[in-house]
Amino acid sequence: MKILVPVKRVVDYNVKVRVKSDGTGVDIANVKMSMNPFDEIAVEEAVRLKEAGIATEVVAVSAGAAACQETLRAALAIGADRAILIETSAEEAETLQPLAVAKLLKALADKEQPQLVICGKQAIDDDANQVGQMLAALANWPQATFASKVVVAGDKATVTREVDGGLETLEVSLPAVISTDLRLNEPRYATLPNIMKAKKKPLDTVKPADLGVDVAPRLTTVKVAEPAKRQAGVMVADVAQLVEKLKNEAKVI
Amino acid sequence: MAILVIAEHDNAQLKAATRNAVTAAAKIGGDIHVLVAGAGCAAVADQAAKLAGVAQVKLADAAHYGDQTAENLAALIVDVAKAGGYSHVLAPATANGKNALPRVAALLDVAQISDIVGVEGADTFVRPIYAGNALATVKSADAVKVITVRTTAFDAAADGGAASVAPVAAAADFGKSKLVGREITKSERPELTAAKVIVSGGRGVGNGDNYKALLEPLADKLGAALGASRAAVDAGFVPNDYQVGQTGKIVAPELYIAVGISGAIQHLAGMKDSKVIVAINKDPEAPIFQVADYGLVADLFEAVPQLTAAL
Repeated sequence: MKILVPVKRVVDYNVKVRVKSDGTGVDIANVKMSMNPFDEIAVEEAVRLKEAGIATEVVAVSAGAAACQETLRAALAIGADRAILIETSAEEAETLQPLAVAKLLKALADKEQPQLVICGKQAIDDDANQVGQMLAALANWPQATFASKVVVAGDKATVTREVDGGLETLEVSLPAVISTDLRLNEPRYATLPNIMKAKKKPLDTVKPADLGVDVAPRLTTVKVAEPAKRQAGVMVADVAQLVEKLKNEAKVI
Repeated sequence: MAILVIAEHDNAQLKAATRNAVTAAAKIGGDIHVLVAGAGCAAVADQAAKLAGVAQVKLADAAHYGDQTAENLAALIVDVAKAGGYSHVLAPATANGKNALPRVAALLDVAQISDIVGVEGADTFVRPIYAGNALATVKSADAVKVITVRTTAFDAAADGGAASVAPVAAAADFGKSKLVGREITKSERPELTAAKVIVSGGRGVGNGDNYKALLEPLADKLGAALGASRAAVDAGFVPNDYQVGQTGKIVAPELYIAVGISGAIQHLAGMKDSKVIVAINKDPEAPIFQVADYGLVADLFEAVPQLTAAL
């Protein structure tokens, strides 16, 4: 069984981004970039399925500018077998939106014929939480989003999902899309030998046009602004003062 | 112009999140119709019909909508949206809404606008990006706007309407997905996303027993819901549905009491719109104090029981 794992290059989760002064976006020049954390979990899960003898091949794929090769190498270092970059121009990369990415992945899935696509539930830059569901819809596949446990047996996957009230378990027929939540696994650190090995693994490049997909954006960003700052609060000396403030100043108890 | 709002419910009760989505729809302007899809959910349709501002309720009652699977819901919503010529399809950004709506958008070949916190016009919306560290105003060029609504950013629509309820035909069962189990956390407390007061615990609480012994009595006194940081959930103190943050639940209660939570940006993203924030932490440098209205540097094992006793 082949597993396709889409990965996205995003601003590292430890970086607090700044809005550009002209309000056109956030300043990501010279900030640390990493693989989206949820995608790392997806790569780890796919590699574990391979190590368990369930999957035969793990293919990492990323859509964006040439720099995404770095992200793909990181996926190869975790244990993916090969990688595909759907390379766009730098301008296209800036306005690449979930629907276009889902169409690119659908076109690639048609070629690669994976039985399973495991992706992160959301990217921590645009916080959209859309691509997995959109891909499943375009491919007419079932989906199991926000996964905290995945069991693959035969032509079915049994997936425990984190939902508002707790957990629910779905059984989906393969091929299917699974999107990962935080507690699915803890991704391994890539070892130096594996990082070296990853450099030799195959990384192919295709263009959106090769896949017949129009990546023009449907949404235009009018402006990007800083959220309102909270007024600085006060420190209280003890519990008695806290209770007094909550009763008489904030009037919330 | 007509707007279709997807009801959030459990086949018996309409969930409060629907009310916030209706308010967002009212800001866009136009006739508001609510789609209730479920199994044996006529009571929910009656509740939706009473929402102020709702012109019509559409009820799709069939066995294969009972579990709210994304595949079946999305196919139905697409049918209803096309037949009704709706300009907008809205759902609250709950686990169900986030699960099903992108499928709807893809099938309609339109973008989805996730988690809106503001309406600037019929095609222009404000949404948080980068864990709420920036607010993007985006304009859609699509014929149908598919939108999920951050519930904390819009007031709950009140009762006061008297809409008609019209049945709609069910779409075919997708059949490739089946619910096989559900572990829903049982609680007498208010729902986290609708609570007026939230008591939330982090890694500093130490373990699940401490969490229970310290935070539950405080929550009982305040009639509060219980929440947690990712660290507390990952460590197994509490179930996953307690998690507040960028990728957990987004909350904005009147009062949020953060106990032993350091305040990672991913946690702040989920609660910084609370009206009043109280932080109790023994580390005076904890980032949670930067967003707290009232900060108390103290040992939580002493301060929390004192607070519970003082209320």
